[in-house]
Amino acid sequence: MKLIKELTVAVALTCAAFITSLAQAHDYKAGPLTIEHPWTPQPPVGAKVAAGFLKITNGGAQDDRLVAVASDIAGKTQVHGMKVEKGIMTMFELEGGLVIPAGGTVELKSRSNHVMFMDLKSRPEKGATFKATLTFEKAGSVAVDFKVEAMGGDMDHEGM
Amino acid sequence: MLRKIRILLWALVAVAIAGGGAYYSLGRQLPTPSLAIGGPFRLAASTGDVVDSEKLKGRPFAVFFGFTHCPEVCPTTLHEMSSALGKLGDDGKDLNVLFITVDPERDTIEFMKSYLTSFDPRIVGLRPTPEELPQVAKAYRAFYEKVPMSDGDYTMNHTALVYLMDRQGTFFGTLDYEEKPEVRLTKLRRLLKEGQSRSR
Repeated sequence: MKLIKELTVAVALTCAAFITSLAQAHDYKAGPLTIEHPWTPQPPVGAKVAAGFLKITNGGAQDDRLVAVASDIAGKTQVHGMKVEKGIMTMFELEGGLVIPAGGTVELKSRSNHVMFMDLKSRPEKGATFKATLTFEKAGSVAVDFKVEAMGGDMDHEGM
Repeated sequence: MLRKIRILLWALVAVAIAGGGAYYSLGRQLPTPSLAIGGPFRLAASTGDVVDSEKLKGRPFAVFFGFTHCPEVCPTTLHEMSSALGKLGDDGKDLNVLFITVDPERDTIEFMKSYLTSFDPRIVGLRPTPEELPQVAKAYRAFYEKVPMSDGDYTMNHTALVYLMDRQGTFFGTLDYEEKPEVRLTKLRRLLKEGQSRSR
């Protein structure tokens, strides 16, 4: 009986540790900023570009800006704005970077602002990760891993 | 007394005429958009053939504009069309799905062919020449423009709608980028069903 109790506790602790590590494994800190779940939908065969998505929360009292992203998988990487209005998709560079307002959360997501990896050197494989560096105006640089997920993964996330 | 009745009768006639006219013109306004969108094209295809809109007649088709240097909207649309085709299964066997590049400069036939291997094999890529592109875009009232970027590279802005054309090649409706998959699937089923009731 005691053994069962001990086992239960052990299993529960293991599970808790596992869940915590999962949750933490993909969060990053840079000063007052928290970066959550950087990911990319696997691009089609031969694609020269890929989109990157993530969520940034600014717990500080000052606005910050995401001014640059760099990754070895791409010849160059930019932060782009995107919108769809009256059926027309327009994309644009965000001059001066993407503002992360004090106390606010900015989500780079499907159908919206995104990181754009260009001149891809190889096709990111689903299930793999690749390294990138995010540079903020005030919080400085932080190394993150982008997870490569299935195309349309974002829609599955949002249940769309 | 008789005069009053006469006036009343004429007034009724006037109301009937005005009402009938209004009803007639309202009724006529509804279906007209179908005339405006679409037109003949004959374009090089990722299959190695040429796709001629005349030869598509008899089967409905879905067509949209995009480019392969597109990070999000185009692969997402292709992905969504693939999953819709998967869900339609055999019901969708009559449907042609066409992806027209607005970036013929970078999108060669060979490149489009390999790019499209990531999606449902029924999706065919079309590459208009730089001369053919404005014509086919105009026929579909599709917008596209080249947007230079600060580093000398460029991207494209473009219409992100999927045009649904019936088996006569007449405009049937659109799928919108913002729509939910179920809505798109319902529209595709309608396109296929209404197509089937007309002939064969």
